[in-house]
Formats: sequence, structure tokens, C-alpha cells
Amino acid sequence: MAFKEIELNMGPQHPSTHGVLRLKLTVDNEVVLSIEPVIGYLHRGMEKLWESLTYPQIVPLTDRLDYLAAVSNNLAYVLAVEKLMGLEVPKRARYIRVILTELQRLASHLAGVGFMANDVGAMSVLLYSFQSREGILDIFENYSGGRLTVHGIRIGGVPFDLDKKLTAMIRKSLAEIPDKIQDIEGLLNENRIWKHRTRGIGVISPEEAFALGLTGPALRATGFAWDIRKNIPYCSYEDFDFEIPVLKGGDVYDRYLVRMEEMRQSMRIVEQALEKLPPGDFQAKVPRSLKIPPGEVFHTIESPKGELGFYIKSNGTDKPERVKMKSPSFINLQSLELMAKGNLFSDVVGILGSLDIVLGEIDK
Amino acid sequence: MTAETLVFELLIPVAKIIAVILYPMIMVIVMIWLERRVVAWIQGRVGPNRVGFQGILQPIADALKLFFKEDIIQREADTFLFNISPLLVMFSSLLAFCFVPLGESFQIGGYTLNLWVAASPVGLLLVLGLSAVGVFGIIFGGWASNSKYPLMGALRSVVQVLSYEIPIGLTVLTVVFFSRSIDLVEIVNHQQHGKVWFGFLLPVSFVVFWISGIAETNRAPFDLPEAESELVAGYHTEYSGMKFAYFYIAEYVHMVLVSSLVVILFFGGWLPPFPNIKFFSFLRVIPGFVWYLIKIMFFLYVYVWIRATLPRYRFDALIKLAWKWLVPLSLANFLVVVAVKYLL
Repeated sequence: MAFKEIELNMGPQHPSTHGVLRLKLTVDNEVVLSIEPVIGYLHRGMEKLWESLTYPQIVPLTDRLDYLAAVSNNLAYVLAVEKLMGLEVPKRARYIRVILTELQRLASHLAGVGFMANDVGAMSVLLYSFQSREGILDIFENYSGGRLTVHGIRIGGVPFDLDKKLTAMIRKSLAEIPDKIQDIEGLLNENRIWKHRTRGIGVISPEEAFALGLTGPALRATGFAWDIRKNIPYCSYEDFDFEIPVLKGGDVYDRYLVRMEEMRQSMRIVEQALEKLPPGDFQAKVPRSLKIPPGEVFHTIESPKGELGFYIKSNGTDKPERVKMKSPSFINLQSLELMAKGNLFSDVVGILGSLDIVLGEIDK
Repeated sequence: MTAETLVFELLIPVAKIIAVILYPMIMVIVMIWLERRVVAWIQGRVGPNRVGFQGILQPIADALKLFFKEDIIQREADTFLFNISPLLVMFSSLLAFCFVPLGESFQIGGYTLNLWVAASPVGLLLVLGLSAVGVFGIIFGGWASNSKYPLMGALRSVVQVLSYEIPIGLTVLTVVFFSRSIDLVEIVNHQQHGKVWFGFLLPVSFVVFWISGIAETNRAPFDLPEAESELVAGYHTEYSGMKFAYFYIAEYVHMVLVSSLVVILFFGGWLPPFPNIKFFSFLRVIPGFVWYLIKIMFFLYVYVWIRATLPRYRFDALIKLAWKWLVPLSLANFLVVVAVKYLL
């Protein structure tokens, strides 16, 4: 049948573009020839908006960027501000920050793996992973009142202390999640269909990944051991004993495995942090009207999606002159065409799922 | 015309025809409810439980909602084919039920009541043929929508159904070889006389037939024509209202049909388990059609179970599975069965 190149429009309303992403595809009988991501459907002008807000007012807005990993966004911004101020944060606050961000990483990876499996057609996995995620969201709800937009970190520390009830909840969750993760791995890891759909699909070499600025689990799945928590420790990460999972395949399957292993490591970190949680203050002294002397700063952290950085330039007032965000989803999305070219149309959704992008962060 | 002829010549046939339309419909309602509840149960959710007892009326509520929806026909669509294809899909699968027996004959007074509308000596061929006619509805529907996603779904569907027709035909041949008839009633009767159900006699045929049956009904893990994460809704993306409902119902009717065929061909139709062993003769207390329903429901449950467990096949793997594995396997199976049958 003469069924040559057709141009296919995927999104912005499509079940598996993870939000309002639009992909302009050229396919030749289901083989993908080119992909052009069209973004901007969720643009809210965040970076410009921040210029008219005071430093503490910006923190809750960062929740709305990567809405699956709100605490990580808070942390990246707050650490940049603190670096600019030269503020020393109490050790207890740093440990609570580690606990919150690692729980957030767990929640984000659970959602990411679930959506990815759902895109490939294993719909039960999504429900199982969301059940575990629910427990973590309950912890956040008990901590700060927010489930998705947690607003769990403030400039100078954290808003609340970890009490006994919350510690018990975290320990209970940590005890339950490994079983659920094992369920998911039992359904997928050795499943022939799953392996066929993910192995050797969307391969990217470490050189190409490095050239494109790919970060996060997608980079570590290519064999490139780069994790800011280990390489440039922040927030007392050097106190904890954990490993960086690295695989060599660079395909969808390895990205999935890296995420699964990272969840285990996150649980290890949370356990250690709970164990070693030092006594003391959980909030440093910060002036009510925060004016930062002129200067500029860039600070990155390892968010669940990759390397999340904030560049802040201050002009001596209580509002920043410019805030620029280095968002991992935005940069990771660029590698989609390289990964998906030559694969089948069905694989595009799997590859997109394995990149684990969030449109709130891409469009800002 | 006497009252007797009126009853036997008019009322009973009309009642049977109504029953043949109602039976698949009731099965569809049960099946939609069962699917949603069982999948919810497997996934740790609750599922629909508000409309009627345990949500049993949910499919009716869904159908009512669809009934009141606007019927949209795209400006660029081919109106005639667009309108005819849901009917084609729906009625090809309903028509097939005329030839599917629902149970053994009853003796009421002096009258023998057959639980089938038309006992054809070539019933099996007719059922297979009619179920394949439904694919025309999918092709026409996908093409007439004049849209890209439905077209891709329809193309996938053509290749899929054509590929899986072959193993179905080859495995059915082995059954026919033993029963020496392609009359569905005869096939069941032969399993009673032959002392063993064909499913245990021809396990390879059963497995190949069941896999191909799932593929033929476009169900997970072979639900590529309507893969919702890729093709939005596949060939019925542009349909709305009752026309969409027709496609939806037809899929379930087709599932009931394939399950009925599996039960008739391989698991003794309405026969109770161990039909020839004296010790188990108490199982005959339960009427034949109840056994039949139990067996059908089991296979329908397996459909749902598979859907909740497995990821979706990719298109090339699906075709590879058919041509590299199922077709050679069913051919070899056929040759072995023939050889064994003649040598013994």
C-alpha cells in the first residue's frame, strides 16, 4: 500500500504527552522520521513574575514548576538564595530538607515509572505506584498542609519541625514501599513484552547525552556517573552513605531500572537521616524584610528529573533583578528526537515516558 | 391455523430471535460491569458501585449517557461509510450468535426446544466468516473518518485480523478433524461420545486458538488498533454518541462470541465436567446452559485478567508472533494431529 510520509500531530491534547506538550511527527508507515516538540502551552511567565516578588514570596511559586517534585524546586531556589546571602543553615534543618527531598524523589520516581508503564500499556503498574505515592503525599499533607504544592522549605531552614507522629508515618511508609516496588518489578522486569518494548529503544550514547546536556536518571542510564548529591554535595549529603546507580544501556529499560534503584537508595538516605537527625534549631535567623546585597549566584541540585539550577541576580533591594532557571525537563526533552528517530511510532510514547518530563517545568 | 401451529411456527421462533439479540446484550452488560469491577479489584481500587446493586446498572447508565450525546459527523468524513460501519461491526457479531447454540435441546411435552436459532451443518464456518466481516466495519470506519489516527488504527486492525485468521483456521481444522463435522452442535455431541474434551486432547490447538482469539477481538495485550496511549482511541476516535457505543458494544459481543467458540470447540460446550464418568453424574443436576455460562464467564474473566496484567505488544512484535510462531506452530500441530490420528 502506498502509504508514504504523513505528518502527525500529537497533542497538546493527547493521552500520553504528559500535559500540554505538542509533538509534530513525520512518520513513514509508523517509522518516525522526525519529531519537533512544540512547547509553551503552559507558559505562565514565571521568571518575569519573580522579578516583581520578594525573595520569600517566590518560594511557593517554585512549587508550581515541577509539580511532581515541589520540594526539590523549593530547595534549589532556597539554596541559591542562601548562597547569595552567605547564610549558614542549622544542621537539623538541613537533615529535614534531605528527608523531604528524598521522599519527594521517591514520589516523583513512582509517578514517573507508573506513567511510563501506562504509556507502554501496563496499566496496573500506574495504580500500584500511585498507592505508594499516596502514602508520601499524606506525609507532606501532615507536614505542611500541601500534598502536591508542598511549600515545605523556607529561606533559612524549614517551616516546621519533624515531630514523633510524622517520624512514625515516614517509617511506616518506608516499611511499606519496598513491597510495592517489588510488585512493580515483578510485573515488569522479566516481562517479555515489557523488555521488547523497552530494550534497545531510544538509545543514546554517553557522548551524545553529554553534548545535549542530558541529566538525571536518563544520563546515569548511559553509563555516565554524574549525580550532584555525590559530585558536588549540598545540604549535608556527604554525611549519608548511598550509591549512585549507573547502567550502560542508555535505553528505556535502563532508565526504568535506574529509577527503581534510585528509589531504594532514597529510602536508605531517609532512614539514615531519621537515625542521625541532630537536635537543635530548624530555622536560622532571617530578617523579616530580606534585602540581599548586590551580586549573582548559580546553584544546582539533583532534582528527581535531573540537574535543577537557579541563577539569581540581586540589586540590593528585596526583589531579585533576574531569576533564571535551568530546568532539567526542558533540556532532557531536546534529546527526544535523537532517541526516537528511526524507531516506531509506538515507541515515541515509551521514550517520552522514560524521559519523565513535566510541562510545568518546561514552559515555566 | 390452529393454536398449536401458531405457537410452534410463529411464537417460538420469534421468541428465539429476540433471545438471540437479548442474550449477547445481557452478557455485554454483565461483562462491562465485570471488567470494570475486576480490573479495579486487581488494581486495588473500588470501581463503579453506585448505580444499582454493586454498580451492576453502571453499563446501562453509560449507554443512556451515550444515547443523549450529540452525534457528530466530521465535515470531511464520508457520510455513508461513516454511518454504515458501526452497524456493520455490531450486526456481524450479533448475527453470528444465530448459529451459536446456547445449550442442549429440551423436551417440553412432545416438543423439542432447541436452544439455537439456526442449526447449520456449516455453523462453524458461518460464525468464523461473520466474525471476520466485522473487520470491514473497522476499516470503513477508520477510513471514512478522514483523520490520521483512525486511519492508522484501521490499518493496524486489517493487518492484525488478517494475520490471526490463519492460525484460527488451522487450529479449527484439527478440531473438525476429530469431530468429523463443522456443525457446532455435532462438535459438542462428539465431545460427549468421544469421552474427552478437545481442549485436553489438542492442547496446542486450544492455546493457539485462544491467543489468536484475543488478537482477533483487539483486546489487551493485542489492543493495538485502539491503543489509547498512542492512537488516542484508534479507529473510533472520531465517533461519538450511539455510534461509538455500537463499536464499544460490538467489541464485547465479539469477546463473548470468541469465548463461546472456545468453550464449544475445546471445552465441551454445555456438557458438565466428566460427562462419561458415573461418579460425577450428579453434576448433570445443573442444567447444561448453566455449565455453558460458567465456562464462558471463566474465559471472559481471563480476558480481563490479562488486560490488567500485561503491557501492550508493539506492532512488529504482534505480526512476528503471528507469522513466526503461531502459523508454523499451528501448521506443525495440524500435521502431527493428522499423522497420529491416521497411524493409531
